Amino acid sequence: MTNTTTLGEPLHSGDLPGGAHWSLRIGRGKTLRLTDLEGGANLGMLLYNPLDLLERYNAPDTLKCQHTFKLTKGHCLYSDMGRIFCSIVDDSFGWHDTVCGNLSKKMIQERWGEKTYQEYRNDWTLSGHDSFLVELAKYGLGRRDLAANINFFSKVVTDADGNLRLDDSAARPGAQVDLRFEMDTLVIFHSCPHPLCRAPQYPKKPVSYQIFTSPPVADDDICLNSREENRRGFANTRLYNGLAH
Amino acid sequence: MIVESAKQPDNAIYSQVIPAGDYWMKTLKAGQTLRITDLEGNQAADTLFYSADDPGERYSAMDTIREQGNIYLTAGTVLMSNLGNPMLDIVADTCGRHDTLGGACATESNTVRYALEKKCMHACRDSWLLAVAENQQFGMTKRDITHNINFFMNVPVTPEGGLTFEDGISAPGKYVELTARMDVIVLISNCPQLNNPCNGYDPTPIQVSVWR
Repeated sequence: MTNTTTLGEPLHSGDLPGGAHWSLRIGRGKTLRLTDLEGGANLGMLLYNPLDLLERYNAPDTLKCQHTFKLTKGHCLYSDMGRIFCSIVDDSFGWHDTVCGNLSKKMIQERWGEKTYQEYRNDWTLSGHDSFLVELAKYGLGRRDLAANINFFSKVVTDADGNLRLDDSAARPGAQVDLRFEMDTLVIFHSCPHPLCRAPQYPKKPVSYQIFTSPPVADDDICLNSREENRRGFANTRLYNGLAH
Repeated sequence: MIVESAKQPDNAIYSQVIPAGDYWMKTLKAGQTLRITDLEGNQAADTLFYSADDPGERYSAMDTIREQGNIYLTAGTVLMSNLGNPMLDIVADTCGRHDTLGGACATESNTVRYALEKKCMHACRDSWLLAVAENQQFGMTKRDITHNINFFMNVPVTPEGGLTFEDGISAPGKYVELTARMDVIVLISNCPQLNNPCNGYDPTPIQVSVWR
């Protein structure tokens, strides 16, 4: 159930235990591979332009530019400035959420009871909302900068009436998604449970990440060619990279 | 869900027509009711709400749809803040469904959606940026321009995970009414979009009315 794309030796590898947060600055031309090691993980993510933090991942632009509700292979993740932070070039999971937001402290208290640091040390239960606030603050960002995030490895479906449901049956150990960065990007992420998660216990599911040098973008690239809109998104991004460097 | 209002226009304490391409930014007090009327039909009113006491607390599309378990907004929907607090209730709706996934048009997203040459056409996010610049008493900047509601827009999600932009289900005179649970700043862009068939390529005025 892993990705089939061959990427060579990773430049860097890391692990995020369940219920934790971290951030990375990833340059244009690098690929980030995320792996749900055990199945059932959730990886919340936000994206910013490190040179202009006001430019950030925009979920509505990403969805409407590609006429999609789910995110998977062939889709691009857009900034609010009409540019592409990264492209989903491979994905063995198939359907990632970007409309449900984050778990809050209040939800943890209601569903599982909060585990404090004093009592539980590293087994405490962090919320995705607070995790993002901590990572954002490292770059001078705060609550006002917290946009709609992506929830990788969480499949949220709707019925004909628009009712939302988290499809737990989609979980697969080893599921992977590859993000090819098209511009320099500040990546903020956490591994806290999805806000629609109703597991009996607060799940602590680890995610590993590896960074590779990306192969060149071929003329028949799946993300470049999946929609006319994406060809224009790539043109905007190339113009920005070309003028800025 | 269609719910008609008993409120009479004669009793409104405020009423204003907003031409397409303009913004409206005012404070609504807790308990007051705001009606937005689609005067000529198939228009989009791109709307954001902020707590008047702390504009860092604002309407959150994610919290709203997740807490009600449904992606469409209509009568009965509670508009939630990014801190999980109820901000306003949709108390009447003669349209039946409103979008909060599609966001607002911007000059930059227009280049992606329509054509690179469309970069200088007027867009909702330009209206909002002018609004926050001209209303500095609220202390807002571009970072406060977030994920909005599109009143009167119909953006269905398919079972396969697609997003479709359907002809409006709105019509001349359809309205939506919201009662505030806290003092809120309302920021509306009456959408100037000329490239979207949803409004028949013809942006038209809306009316905003307030009852005590």
